[in-house]
Amino acid sequence: MASTLQLDIVTPEAKAFSGVVEMVTLVGVEGEMGIMPGHMPVMTQLVASELIVRQNSQNIFIAVGDGFVQINGEKVSILTDMAIKADDIDETKALEAQKLAETRLAQKLSDGESATVQAALVHATTQIAVKRRHKK
Amino acid sequence: MASTRDIRRRIKSVKNTAQITKAMQMVAAAKMRKAQQAALVGRPYAQLMNEIMAKAAEGTIGFDHPLLQSRPAAKRAVVLVSSDRGLCGGLNSNLFREISKLDKDTVFITAGKKAAQFVARTKRTLAAEFTYKDTPEFIEARAISKFVQQLFLKGEVDAVDILFPRFVNTLTQQPVLVPFLPIGKVAATTAGINAPAQELSAHSSTEIFEFEPDEETVLGQLLPHSLNFQMHQILLETKASEQSARMVAMKNATDNAKQIIKDLTLEYNKLRQANITKELLEITTAQMALG
Repeated sequence: MASTLQLDIVTPEAKAFSGVVEMVTLVGVEGEMGIMPGHMPVMTQLVASELIVRQNSQNIFIAVGDGFVQINGEKVSILTDMAIKADDIDETKALEAQKLAETRLAQKLSDGESATVQAALVHATTQIAVKRRHKK
Repeated sequence: MASTRDIRRRIKSVKNTAQITKAMQMVAAAKMRKAQQAALVGRPYAQLMNEIMAKAAEGTIGFDHPLLQSRPAAKRAVVLVSSDRGLCGGLNSNLFREISKLDKDTVFITAGKKAAQFVARTKRTLAAEFTYKDTPEFIEARAISKFVQQLFLKGEVDAVDILFPRFVNTLTQQPVLVPFLPIGKVAATTAGINAPAQELSAHSSTEIFEFEPDEETVLGQLLPHSLNFQMHQILLETKASEQSARMVAMKNATDNAKQIIKDLTLEYNKLRQANITKELLEITTAQMALG
């Protein structure tokens, strides 16, 4: 049995993360799950949240958006619309984005627009939450 | 024989043309870089998505989704994706040539003005006409994809393909016809966007996946999303192809214009010198006659 996992996190804009890791902790629709090598094959949906990657005994924190996760024994593939490492989050920018999204949401929007704005709001909120947690 | 004035006039007009094509070339080059970038960064996502889909489709037992249903292809629809404007070399005509290979009763859904014009001109059946902006947005792609899915689910068509100019590199764009629906042909679809299809078959170790919360929810979300995304990726590829084709076409036009200017200038100088010689001859003959 493999003792490591191959993790790939891909967003429409870029390949956000690709590497060999020891453990991945993520939040799916059914709740939080920790994935270690040899995990049974699972497919689930990812919820906008904080994802923790354990690589070389170091934790990497990544803010992720909604998406899909496919897990098998040695590979974790994550498709999501956002993935930003905690260190790279610009809190002021995220706050601005959150405010903008909230004001736009208050206006009348078409279906497609409101979905985009909603997604932007979720992204900003997640980023802020992750950033705040790691400031201390 | 043209007078020097005529030639001068022609040189001037060709110079103007060269200036315009040069400007268009610059604009297309700037847009091309952006469009190519957008098309290329989307590829890993599309690839992983297809990989996941292929594995998920293998890993499910006794699960059927309406979008996966394969029916005898009595009625086919083709989504034709073209550019909005011309002046991009043979991009659109190459694309439209592929259409003559299709059945006469194929239903068309078009994206881009040129495609709509072509379908109307050749009097084929047009189901819907969509437009997309210079930087294709996900919403625009979703609208097309949703329409097509509905058409398929209602049973009005039994198979949907997409015809678009695939971006290979700046000099090459290749019209390709890729299957879109039913999703059963996932593996083949990947080949349409990404390079080799063999990459997929390497993962064919059949594993049974557990689904959380259940198959219907996960696949019910994943399938439409992947179709929407695929459509978006195709729009991006088309844009990249269009801008590349336009840049190359305009570069050729500029080069041609420069060549013509060179030829004309040579002719102009020859004529001018001939005129001077003729005048000199006339003067000397006149003098000799007098003397």
